[in-house]
Formats: sequence, C-alpha cells, structure tokens
Amino acid sequence: MNSFLSIRNLSISLQNGERILRSVNMELDRGDVRGLVGESGAGKSMIGKAILGILPRALKVDEGEILFQGKNLLNLNSGELRKEIGANAALIPQDPLTALNPSHRIGRQITNRLVDILGWSKSEALKRTYDLLDEVRIPDPKRVLNSFPHELSGGMRQRILIASAFAAEPKLIIADEPTTALDVTVQKQILNLIGEMQSRHKTTLLFVTHDLGVVSKVCQSLSVLFLGKVIEDTSVSLFFDKPFHPYSRALLAATPKYNDLKSNLIPVSEEILNSVKDEVLKLDSEWSNDR
Amino acid sequence: MTDNIFEIQNLCIDVFDMARKPLFGMTPKLQILKGITFNIQRRDVVGIVGGSGSGKSTLGRAMMRLIEPSAGKIAFEGKDITHLNDIELRSLRRRFQMIFQDPMSSLNPRHRVSAIIGGPLKLHGFERVDFLIEEALDHVGLPKSFKSRYPHELSGGQRQRVGIARAIALKPNFILADEIVSGLDVSSQAKILSLLQKLVLDLGLTLAFISHDLSVVRRLSNKIIVLKDGELIESAQTDALFEAPQNSYTKELLSAIPLPDPKQVWN
Amino acid sequence: MVEISRNTSRKIGMRLWLSGGWLTFLVLITLLAPIISPNDPLAQDLFASRLPPFWMDGYEETYYLGSDSLGRDVLSRILYGSRIALLVALIASTATCIVGATLGVLAGYFGGWVDLIISRLVDIWMAFPPVLFAILLIAVLGTGLTSIIIAIIVIDWTRFCRVIRAETMSQSAMDYVASAQAVGRARFGIMVKEIVPNVLPTIVVLLTLEMGIAVIVEAILSFVNLSISTDYPTWGGMISEGRTSVHQAWWVIVFPLIALFLTVLSFSQLGEGLKDRFDPVLR
Repeated sequence: MNSFLSIRNLSISLQNGERILRSVNMELDRGDVRGLVGESGAGKSMIGKAILGILPRALKVDEGEILFQGKNLLNLNSGELRKEIGANAALIPQDPLTALNPSHRIGRQITNRLVDILGWSKSEALKRTYDLLDEVRIPDPKRVLNSFPHELSGGMRQRILIASAFAAEPKLIIADEPTTALDVTVQKQILNLIGEMQSRHKTTLLFVTHDLGVVSKVCQSLSVLFLGKVIEDTSVSLFFDKPFHPYSRALLAATPKYNDLKSNLIPVSEEILNSVKDEVLKLDSEWSNDR
Repeated sequence: MTDNIFEIQNLCIDVFDMARKPLFGMTPKLQILKGITFNIQRRDVVGIVGGSGSGKSTLGRAMMRLIEPSAGKIAFEGKDITHLNDIELRSLRRRFQMIFQDPMSSLNPRHRVSAIIGGPLKLHGFERVDFLIEEALDHVGLPKSFKSRYPHELSGGQRQRVGIARAIALKPNFILADEIVSGLDVSSQAKILSLLQKLVLDLGLTLAFISHDLSVVRRLSNKIIVLKDGELIESAQTDALFEAPQNSYTKELLSAIPLPDPKQVWN
Repeated sequence: MVEISRNTSRKIGMRLWLSGGWLTFLVLITLLAPIISPNDPLAQDLFASRLPPFWMDGYEETYYLGSDSLGRDVLSRILYGSRIALLVALIASTATCIVGATLGVLAGYFGGWVDLIISRLVDIWMAFPPVLFAILLIAVLGTGLTSIIIAIIVIDWTRFCRVIRAETMSQSAMDYVASAQAVGRARFGIMVKEIVPNVLPTIVVLLTLEMGIAVIVEAILSFVNLSISTDYPTWGGMISEGRTSVHQAWWVIVFPLIALFLTVLSFSQLGEGLKDRFDPVLR
C-alpha cells in the first residue's frame, strides 16, 4: 500500500512515560483534505509536528513509521529530513503573530525561505512572492512587503503565512488551527482562501482544529482524536449524518448550532468521557505488555 | 426606582493614537467608541457582539468603570457613575462584577484560590468569609479543597470557574462576562455556558455577555446588540435578530458562522 | 496541556545547596572569626614574613595559608576580611534594593507624572560615569564603611529601578489587576497586595546579584585605597598589597581572590536558585 502519506502505529510519549499519541494510524492520498479533530491536549498538533520533524525535544517516538512518498521520515537524519520536508511540506501555524519574526520586514521573511532553503535566486524569489500575494488577494503588495508584522491586521498576517506556506508548491500542507485566533468573518475569508489554494495547487491538506463547523466546510474526511488515540476515522458526509462513536455524537451535541433552538447545548457527559478514557487506557496495558 | 440596571447614553471613548504620534506636537486621538446608546433591564441577558476592533471589550471596561468615558453618560441602577472616582465607586462596585477572558492572567498567580475569592469579600466587609468562599465554589461546581490551590495547579476550565466564583461571591446584581468561552474547546464551552445559564436563574442575575461568536450568544441572551467600528449598528430581541437581521453587517456575521453541517451553503 | 520541562528541580537543589552552603560557612566564620583565627590579623612579625602555606617547604605553625610581606597571617586576615565583605554585601545591597525597587514599582504602577519624574531622574543619574561618581563621593564623604555603602547605593539604585519598573509595568497590564480594580480595591492596595508579590522574584534575583557586586565594588575601592582607612583587613586590600610580592609569595593574592570569587559566585547562584523556588509556576 503506497499512499502519499502513511502513518502507521505512531506512538509518542514524554520522558516520564506519559503517552501522547497511542498507535495512530492514518492514510492520505494526494489531494486529500483531512481534518484532525479533538479537544485541547488530544495530541492533534503533535501528529503534524511529528511529520514535519519539529516535535518538542522532551517528546520521544516509541514506535511506528511515517511514510512520506514511500520514505520513512523517522529514519532520516536531520539533513535528509530537511531535504525531504523542506521542499515538499509546509506549515500554516496557529498564531500569525508569533510565527512571524517581529524585527524583519515581511518581504524578507518570505523570500528568505525560498532563497535559503530552496536555493532560488533573489529575483526569482521576489517575483514568486508578488505572485503569491496576488493569489491571496493582498492589496498594495509593495507596501505590505515592506511592513513589519505588527503593522498588519491578524487576517492579513494569516494570508501572508498562507502565501508563505504555498510558496514552494509543497505537496503537503499542515494547517494547525489556522483560524482559531481570527474573527468569524475573517475566518470565513481565510477558510475559503485555503480551500481555493488547495484545489488550485492540488495540495494534500491536513487540517488540525477543534471546531467541527470548520471541518464540515473544508475537509472531505476526518479523524477524531481523544487522548492521543484515533477513535473515529471517516468521511465528512458520513460523520455529520451518522456519527459512529458515542464520543463523536457527544461532541456534535455540544457544538452550538444557532438555527436549532430546540436542541440544548449538551456538554459531553462524564460517563461518556470516562468510558472513552477507559477504552483508551485499557489499550495502554496491552501495549506495555507487548514491549 | 428605575428598572434599568444600566443606562448608556451616547458613550464615547477616545484614546491617543500612539501609532501616529508625531515627534513634536499633539498626538492625534483615535475614537474607539463613537456614541453608544442602549439600556439593560433587570434580568436581561444581553449579548454584545462584534469583530475585533469593534470596541466591544472597551465598552465592557467602560461599563465597569475601569476606564473613564470621554463623553456621554453611564448610569448604574439609576445613579450616574460616569465621572465618579475610585473611592466613590467602591461601595457600588460590589453590585456589578466582571468575569475576564483569560483565566491565566486574570487570577493572581501568587494568590491561592481562597485569597482570590476571599480578598474581595473581606474588602467589602463580609463576615463568615470562609463559608462564602465555599458556597461560591459550590455554585460553580468546584470542590472545597480547591481553596488552598494556586492557579497553576488548576486546569484552564477550572481557572475559568474560579473567575466566575470570584464574581458571584460578592452577590452582585449584574455581571459582565468578557469573551469567557472564546479560547475554550467545544466541550468546555458547553459546560461553562450551562453553568452561566444556571447561575443566572438561581441567583437572579442580570448578565451582559461579550463575544464574537453569535451562535454561543444565542443560547444565553434574550437581547443582542451588534457593534462595528465603535458604533452600535443593530439592537434587537434575540429571535428577531436571528430571523430577520436588519443591518447588512449583521447578516454578514450570521452567514459567516460555519455550522457543523456539510450541506450548509457557505459562499 | 503537555508540560514539557520536568527535570529542572534537581538542578535547583544542587545550586541552592552549594551556594547556600558557602554563604552559611561565610556567615559562620564571620561570627566566629575572633575564636577560630589562629593569629591576630593585625599583628606584624617581620621574622615571619612571606611564609608559605601548609603544604610547602618553609611552612611554620599557625600560618596555615602563609603570611604576607609584613608577617601577617593570611588565613586570619581572610577570616576577618569576610566581616567587611558580608557587611557591605548585606547592608549596601539591601539599601540599594529598597531605594531602587520602591521607586521602580511606583514609577511602573502609577505611570503619569510619577513615572515621568522618576524616569528622567534615572536617565540623568545614569549619565554620570559610575567610577568617577564613586571616587568623587568618597572624596567628599571621606573614606570608611559608611561611605562605601552610600557610594554603592548612589551608583546602583538606578539599575534596580529600571528593571523593576519594566516588570511592574508588564504586571500592571495583567487582568488580575483589572479584576482588583473592578472589585473596588484602592490603587495603593493593588500595588502592594497584587503587584509586589509578582515582582518579588525579580527583586530577589537582583538583590543577590547586587550582593556580589557590592563585594566586588568594595574590593576595587580597597584596591585603590579608597576603602576603610585603618589596616583592618579587607580582601581587596590584601590583593592590592599582595601585588608587590606576587612572585615571591603568590599565596598572598591567590587566597583572598579565591574567597572573593567563591563569594560572588555563591551570591549569584543563590539568586538563581531562590528565584526558581519562589516562582510558583515552577514549583
């Protein structure tokens, strides 16, 4: 089975043994748009970071493989990883303010990426940058490129990060809660933009979020994570029509739907949380017995 | 005896625009709020909605008299509080309290929960402070043993509850909740909103709820006001606003909400 | 939320133990100096001049670390010298801290014209070259322990003020301060009860650093003979006097230098260790 991105049995834990990801399995084909859904602490960001090789140093990989275009990323040294990922994958981070260097002008930050990592010439990089800003519909690109991050609005900054991510035409993009910090109207524009760019460039997109509403707009398939374990993995249309796992159903019931006054906002009940927790933790004892 | 808990008339807040500060001479002023007028009646739950830069947080802080209005009038329970100083406001403050957005920065990291909730109680001369602290914790569903904990020993959701406990401990008539569920995930959000609903009923509170998320606001509020660029552009009963929004910006806000439904038309 | 750093506690323990250990030792010898000193630190004996320390040839009883060119016992002088070092360290740094931190908190919290006045004062004050300032001051006040202490306060309070002001300003912007206002607490009460406890860790670190600096300043002043005027031993004075005989009697410089080094190091490590202990988030 040689799909584009294949995560098999990935387990990650802290130094003290606390498990962050529990035998995660995921298959992505080229052009897929997959949502990674879960609450805070569920481990969804960690999957993206593991793929890109930017896991925090305190975490270690216990087992598993990440097959990217056939190569196991976990077996590569940092030089090989940079080559493999640098040109082929990119990240759209959550907080546009901290992701941009506050002391550098915007233009430099985009072109540097192209020149240093991919070896483009300065003039090629500059032309590409202008094209990108046009694509993400930033007015007055010259002024924007000469600005510092704090002089631009949050929505503008996020557009820049999207442009930057698509700059080298990567085959895979990981979007880590890219609209969480944005207003609802700006979020709509950004999500539409990401959708447009994805279909135009035919990029594979892994979209991390806790917002089920967002998932239903952008993704074709989704994986639900709880305590680092994938508890449901299905297409978006199936999920919202007939969610399978009780936890998924509870999540949907807890999501506000403004046009449905009759339904109460039901928090995920303690019983469901506890039973999923038990289910997940039971696997832990089997797992450590096997090792 | 007016039935209006809050009366806001033509409220204006100007600040110095530090981004355009010249080397010599006067710094120009930026108008954050441009003449807001509305009332909050007893037992109302008012949703104050707007995007970033709309001025909703500033409106909240002005109502709480954490900043002084540049023009206009604010009256609380019929009394003009627009230009009262801290000393004059102190005894009144017990009756209108606030819950903040970021539980990390709104709880003093060096105070235990008992000091966070008990401090204000002692300040206002309450007796049996210990009992009142436990009662407040009970109302928000936290165990009494949390009294001795520090904020960093609590989870985000628990900290938020401590913030709520602090606000209700003084037994106020009015509470302002400033984006209190904005950073939370779906499940925590639902819990906090249910809690707030319960408290409004049990304690007979009047509530103003600031949020950028209309769907969250709908559950709780009977009245909604929409802010844009420092102006109040629409004000209506909740059902009326959702069924027949008048202003184009309101319509834009409503249509921008991504419902958890793939069949929603969203372009 | 994943908590990443968990193994910092071990390092804190070691640091506190070592630095605290040396400093406690220092306090003890300061108090017990008259009892444990093998010799009178001021007693000169030209027949016992330049005696080497105990492991070398030519060593004589009771001069364990050797003697200087005037026959005075190095060990006893170091023991008595620690009194000056500690006295200056504790008094000068505490006074500097009180002045600087108080002004810093006031400037940072109240802002407005209070901040304007204090900040301008700091700016102007810092325009004076510190060494020149010190020398000028001592020329005016005369030499002596009090003068040194005053000189240190006068020179270093601005550093405290700047740092604490910045820290106070960042704490003042926090929501817990707004919350205290909303509850009706008086401005002064907020400053004392809410802000100061959060600024305290920074103050503690600066204070212990200042102790180390004070010790060094005293040593430098001794070196240029601007310190206390009697021949009461000070570590800086010993180093200064030992310059002339460094080839024949290296121990006269080396041992006071080691004492100086260990003391200053301990103060700074103590500060680091205390700050980590104080910070409730890391606890």
